[in-house]
Amino acid sequence: MTNDKPKIIAGLVIFVILVTCPMWINMGKNKPAPKLEMAAEAQAKGYCVLPKADMKEKHMQILDGWRNSVVRSGQRVYVNDQGKRFDMSLSNTCLECHTNKAEFCDKCHVYASVNPYCWDCHVNPKEK
Amino acid sequence: MEENRRKFLKVAGASAVGLSVAPVMKAHAIGEYFMPASQTGKHENALIGKHWAMVIDISKLTEDINEKITEACHSAHNVPELENKKHEIKWIWEEHFEHAFTDQRNSYIPDSAKHSPVLVLCNHCVNPPCVKACPTKATFKRDDGIVLMDFHRCIGCRFCMAACPYGSRSFNLEDPRNGLEDRKPKNPQFPTRMKGVVEKCNFCAERLAVGQMPLCAEVSEGAIVFGDLEDPESEVRSILAKSFTIRRKPALGTEPSVYYIVGGGDHA
Repeated sequence: MTNDKPKIIAGLVIFVILVTCPMWINMGKNKPAPKLEMAAEAQAKGYCVLPKADMKEKHMQILDGWRNSVVRSGQRVYVNDQGKRFDMSLSNTCLECHTNKAEFCDKCHVYASVNPYCWDCHVNPKEK
Repeated sequence: MEENRRKFLKVAGASAVGLSVAPVMKAHAIGEYFMPASQTGKHENALIGKHWAMVIDISKLTEDINEKITEACHSAHNVPELENKKHEIKWIWEEHFEHAFTDQRNSYIPDSAKHSPVLVLCNHCVNPPCVKACPTKATFKRDDGIVLMDFHRCIGCRFCMAACPYGSRSFNLEDPRNGLEDRKPKNPQFPTRMKGVVEKCNFCAERLAVGQMPLCAEVSEGAIVFGDLEDPESEVRSILAKSFTIRRKPALGTEPSVYYIVGGGDHA
């Protein structure tokens, strides 16, 4: 039996360094999370379909539910807990108030490296 | 006895593991998330039907009206105008009589019918072959008879195009925004499509939902009538009772919901 202990340990050390190198390389370089900029229209409105915290956390599930309910069930109106009615539409309801897609949507998505394919088809009607 | 108890414990153990895994699997399952029914509804003025259908009076169609209808539909739905003819996208378009009605084999028919420019579109079949062919259920039939596409789900396999006997479907071989002016949709209220999905007429589902008639019927100057086939009081039913109508390729059994009046005039 040969003694390969040093080789194995050296190999393991190299392996661990390689695997964790993205962490070392990016250490101290993390950018602060982007601050969301509310469009004037959204501020003027004063409310959203759900409270801010819920929107922050669950907007993707809500948009997923909206599109399924609209396209597959033909239900186009969302009624929130306050009884307010909204057209379930990304372009025509969300972006009606959040007119600044670049600052409101894209900024965070780019930061978090999330690439939703919404914009391949849906448009920001307010975009010039 | 011992052997049986051993087996029983094994199965019980496996079941317990299975039960504990189920909620985890469920949470991560790729499923559809719908808004709870209590939180959704329709617009108050939405048009609700049991079987939407269309009657097209060919004798009232002219090339000018057809162009107007196609233009109205295609701009409302951001259907691109692409330079490459092979990439053409169509929702509603003009067709020669003999191409639209391949089952009509009579040699001698009135010139008015023979040369009339027929408008064709998705027939919203009662037995839609495209729905059966679609492997992802991206194309589905609604309860009101509309054969609709969920573009989010289309994987671009084009089985539906092979299945449709009417050529009602188009495939986006290139980015459809290439065929829009400044790559901007003419109707910003309606989405565009993306490269790699199939598209077709949606019987203006988005307009019916807000109480409007399909655009083609609205701008057709009376040549196209739209209504509920299951409502005996509807205009489509009264026209079908009065005028003899034909449908495209009836022998295939797809049961189109688009009916055509040929001849018109005295016999309309």
